[in-house]
Amino acid sequence: MRKEILSMQNIVKAYQMGDEEQIVLKGINLKVYEGEFISVLGPSGSGKSTLMNIIGCLDIPTSGTYILGGRNISNLTEKQLARIRNKEIGFVFQSFQLLPRLTALENVELPLIYARVSPSKRRKRAEELLIKVGLEDKMYHKPTQLSGGQQQRVAIARALANHPTLLLADEPTGALDQKTGKQVMKLFEELNNEGHTIIMITHDSNIAKHARRIVKILDGNLVEGVVENVY
Amino acid sequence: MFIESIKMSWQNISNNKMRSFLTTLGIIIGVTAIISLITIVQGLQTEITSQFAELGAGKIAVQAHGTPLKQGLSDNDMENISKIENVAGVSPNLTFISSAVKDGIVLENVPVEGKNHTFFRYNPKLVSRGRPFNILDMESKNKICIINYAVSQKLFFGEDPIGQTMQIGGTTYEVKGVINEDATSDVMSLMSGTGSDYRIIIPYTTAMGMAGIGSITSFEIYVADTDRTDEVIDETESILNQTFNFKDDSYRIINLDSLLDTMNTMNDMMTAVLAGIASIALLVGGIGIMNMMLVSVSERTTEIGLRKALGAEPVSIQIQFLIESIFLSLLGGFLGLVLGLTISYVACIAIGMTFRISYLAIFLGVGFSAAVGIIFGWAPARKASLLNPIDALRSL
Repeated sequence: MRKEILSMQNIVKAYQMGDEEQIVLKGINLKVYEGEFISVLGPSGSGKSTLMNIIGCLDIPTSGTYILGGRNISNLTEKQLARIRNKEIGFVFQSFQLLPRLTALENVELPLIYARVSPSKRRKRAEELLIKVGLEDKMYHKPTQLSGGQQQRVAIARALANHPTLLLADEPTGALDQKTGKQVMKLFEELNNEGHTIIMITHDSNIAKHARRIVKILDGNLVEGVVENVY
Repeated sequence: MFIESIKMSWQNISNNKMRSFLTTLGIIIGVTAIISLITIVQGLQTEITSQFAELGAGKIAVQAHGTPLKQGLSDNDMENISKIENVAGVSPNLTFISSAVKDGIVLENVPVEGKNHTFFRYNPKLVSRGRPFNILDMESKNKICIINYAVSQKLFFGEDPIGQTMQIGGTTYEVKGVINEDATSDVMSLMSGTGSDYRIIIPYTTAMGMAGIGSITSFEIYVADTDRTDEVIDETESILNQTFNFKDDSYRIINLDSLLDTMNTMNDMMTAVLAGIASIALLVGGIGIMNMMLVSVSERTTEIGLRKALGAEPVSIQIQFLIESIFLSLLGGFLGLVLGLTISYVACIAIGMTFRISYLAIFLGVGFSAAVGIIFGWAPARKASLLNPIDALRSL
């Protein structure tokens, strides 16, 4: 039996829109095990971003139980949530979200700063990660001096900084052309082969196919998709 | 963590140089105003105090207008006053205007002062060359004088005046000494304000025989123990009351020490008022900083969201923005300090007084700007820390 990383039970998320209550997530149940590579596939407006926010501890559900790494998220303080985001989750965003004034190296160091890692260790770890994603010669470049694919690699390196339990990618190829998108997906596959657990959110079924398990989200409900092995 | 925050703040400030400079301008002006005002006013105060100490410390000045029957004080009255306990000496002031003549060179409207030996005892540095008057000069009403540099230049140009003779009001006097060039006139002569460059001093006994001066209308009392000045004043009052038959307004006693106290109080008040006005500039500067920080927070919403997603606790975000505003204020404070000191230095030279760095001013300037940074940075920093990371990340 593999280790369970996260478990969601009957997760409901509702927003108050004026007088009306809009239910975005209608009772989601999901279990993710260590080493999995899951795609959450759904069209826009299906609630997949809300789901990702809840998985990423950026938002808390209206009702239901969300357990990440053995901890119930719904009764944690803002500070504890920040800790979890820092240590347990590695975010990869569609638009990379690198700080433009910092070098690639400094961008990767950011989560390490918030984890209070000493400067020398921080630098070493950031260098390691950039070498790992193949940017050893771009460490001191600013994001604007890098191509989209390279920027996303920096973002992936940053996501890996604190050895997170879970890599959470939101449309990681959305801002890339097909070729670089494929390269980035290849990197994700490699990371998964190394044992990283990955949840990827996308609306593109071709991209979703790179994952080993696909779940579909439609109108706030989760449907277990066909398990396709692309390898 | 803290060092990172400082680094980040510095980066953000240096990336918006123009904006940061304009924002800190308010602080710069405020601190400059506070520092230069305080430094200049304190410099003036020190100057006045030291001049007073030189001229008037431990002195009580008495002006006796007298009554129609008794128009001033006699030697006898002076004698009585000098016998009061704790009185170290009494020195009469007799001043009249006369002419000074030497070999056909005539100086008109020269103030001539009659002084006694006590006066010279309490102003030991007054006579730079020659000798001051002694008690024998007083008793024998010697026709001798002490002249200042201006008189000596006019009447004895290129010669040593000591031992030479000159005419004052038609009588021949022998010059016995020259007044120190740096010496200021004493406070009472300053106040009577003859405004003349010339100055001649003769024995007061000699002066009383001249120009129909029969009595002493002005004199100074030197007090031995300044803590007990009030007792001396009381005693003097009772003697004068008896002498002038308790008539109102027949005399006036000025305690120079209390005058100094009053002046210092006035100066302190002036400092407080000026600093108060200058701190309005600081307040405006603080509002400027707050505005810039609010703009900065909304500009960097995404960055804040990202930092939160990467694990920044609300406190870290708040600290970062707070450090940034303190940094800005301190930067303004430092520039204001440099500018303020420069201005007060120039002002001191222009006025002609000694430039002294006022630590109070520096403390106030730097302290105030740091306080402004904390107070006006608090709200924007708090706002940043409370941003919801989802909303923040969405605002792309």
